[in-house]
Amino acid sequence: MAKPPDIELVSLTKRYGDTVAVDSIGLRIPAGSYCCLLGPSGCGKTTTLRMIAGHEEVSEGDIILGSENITVLPPAARGTAMMFQSYALFPHLDCTDNVAFSLKMRGVDKETRRSRALDLLKRVHMDAYAGRLPSQLSGGQQQRVALARALITDPQVLLLDEPLSALDPFLRIRMREELKSLQTRLGISFIHVTHSQDEAMALADLVVVMNGGRIEQAAPPREVFNRPASAFVAKFIGGHNVLPAAVARAGAGEGPFVAIRADRMSVQAGTSGEAGVTSLQGVTRSVEYLGSTVQVGIDVTGLETLSATLSEARFDASPVRPGEPVILSWKPEDVHVLGR
Amino acid sequence: MNRVKVWVTYLQVAPLALVFLLFLIVPIATIVVVSFFDYNTTQIIPAFLLQNYEELLLSSVTWRTYQQTLQFALITWALTLLIGFTVAYFVAFHVRSSTMQTVLFLLCTIPFWTSNVIRMISWIPFLGRHGLANTTLMNLGLINQPLEFLLYSDFSVVLAYVHLYTLFMVVPIFNSMMRIDRSLLEAARDAGATGWQTLVNVILPLCKPGIAIGSIFVVTIVMGDFVTVRMMSGGLSASVGLMMANAMSLLQYPAAAANAVVLLLLVLGIVAAMMRMVDIRKEL
Repeated sequence: MAKPPDIELVSLTKRYGDTVAVDSIGLRIPAGSYCCLLGPSGCGKTTTLRMIAGHEEVSEGDIILGSENITVLPPAARGTAMMFQSYALFPHLDCTDNVAFSLKMRGVDKETRRSRALDLLKRVHMDAYAGRLPSQLSGGQQQRVALARALITDPQVLLLDEPLSALDPFLRIRMREELKSLQTRLGISFIHVTHSQDEAMALADLVVVMNGGRIEQAAPPREVFNRPASAFVAKFIGGHNVLPAAVARAGAGEGPFVAIRADRMSVQAGTSGEAGVTSLQGVTRSVEYLGSTVQVGIDVTGLETLSATLSEARFDASPVRPGEPVILSWKPEDVHVLGR
Repeated sequence: MNRVKVWVTYLQVAPLALVFLLFLIVPIATIVVVSFFDYNTTQIIPAFLLQNYEELLLSSVTWRTYQQTLQFALITWALTLLIGFTVAYFVAFHVRSSTMQTVLFLLCTIPFWTSNVIRMISWIPFLGRHGLANTTLMNLGLINQPLEFLLYSDFSVVLAYVHLYTLFMVVPIFNSMMRIDRSLLEAARDAGATGWQTLVNVILPLCKPGIAIGSIFVVTIVMGDFVTVRMMSGGLSASVGLMMANAMSLLQYPAAAANAVVLLLLVLGIVAAMMRMVDIRKEL
């Protein structure tokens, strides 16, 4: 098989009348990588995916797959395949015929296409259900069939529109693992739209955080988490406290805000800080026991509610109760200055 | 306690059951009973005779009339299906705004603001020998003499049927189409299906219940019709309904009743066959 191609988006823009859904984004997705488009609803991530798939017309800019400009090609001629949010399985066809659909459209004879469909159903462990209608399958099973259907054309890029959102939390985590291992085995690029940062963190080689039709940050998950590019990214990814730079007494001038990871915070009951660490005076608002960690919410005058994630042991060493005054402190090296 | 509950249930079912009993079961039972009665030129005589059925089924006129009626039903069904499906497809898939869809849909119902008979009669001055159609064609020099087949022919009967009943196809098919998840069409496109392939492989199979419901409407109405045939054929064509109407005008109620029972069984058979082919409960 030929080397899988990179995907490149070049100042890609989508306008609906006067509103700009996707605003001149540029992105390079290396071959064979798992890329997650992450953002709140309405941030343009699904529109971007649909433009790559060819289900949405591009207003401006180009989509390059390998060495080919696929911007205006019909969906089936692009080498992409899409898995739809609600799976969009044909309700009147059984699993085999659903998977074989695109082969039927190409005029492949019945024997060949059915045996090929069965191969793919085997690959997603659904061969036992080959004769069932979609309505007779559970959500997870439907998803596997939808995956098989998308893969039967040997796409170079698989596009997934919120593939896990219709599943219950337990199944979501299992299917997440399967998606990742499938991507590793196939060696093709997956582009996966999600609004769940956990999902993006767990799956992606490349996380693309979008907001208001623009890309806020495109980087590997570790980098996104440890060095969020903007206040938006730090807040959306979660696990961060975003403070005005002046409050944190950190490199003023570089940016108006800083981010500090919630799990790098220390919380102490009382009213006086330790020497050598920056600190804030606040009042405990909430204490949530989450199993291995304890989440403490703290109100500080003039700021949004801050949070500290403490290990159970650290919390037990100096427990606090809601309503108590506390000192929230951190080490200077944990302060990350945000760009915007 | 339980006994009271049972009575409450019966009481709740009673109104609808009574309505069905009075207006469906009793009339049909009457027709069946009368179909075995004897009659002469002046009166109906209670009896149990198979004579009405024998006379009916052994007459070649009956068979020809049934064949003619079935033929009308078949042609009308095919044309209303073709036109109805096309109209529904246009409104459901080509018209983007839902306001426009509603407007066009209401537009389809405008003919129903007048009675069937008026809509039928309005064809007569249009199709007649010196009617609008013939005059226009002659003025255009396309024909030298009036086309005779336009009015008082099988053509005009079918034309009237199609005009009257296409909407009965449009509505259920449109309803089926509106239930099709639009992402299925995208999925088909993603799989490389052309517009035509999507129509044949996705839309058509998913519209089957709507097509079945529309077909039941059209076929049952055409099978039982007698006004349209009488008006539009000018007495040149016959139908089972017309046969019954003629029998009744001669006060041969038992003969008409026997004919009605046979027609009822035939139509029930057709409907049953359609229901076997398509599960219409999906739409209900």
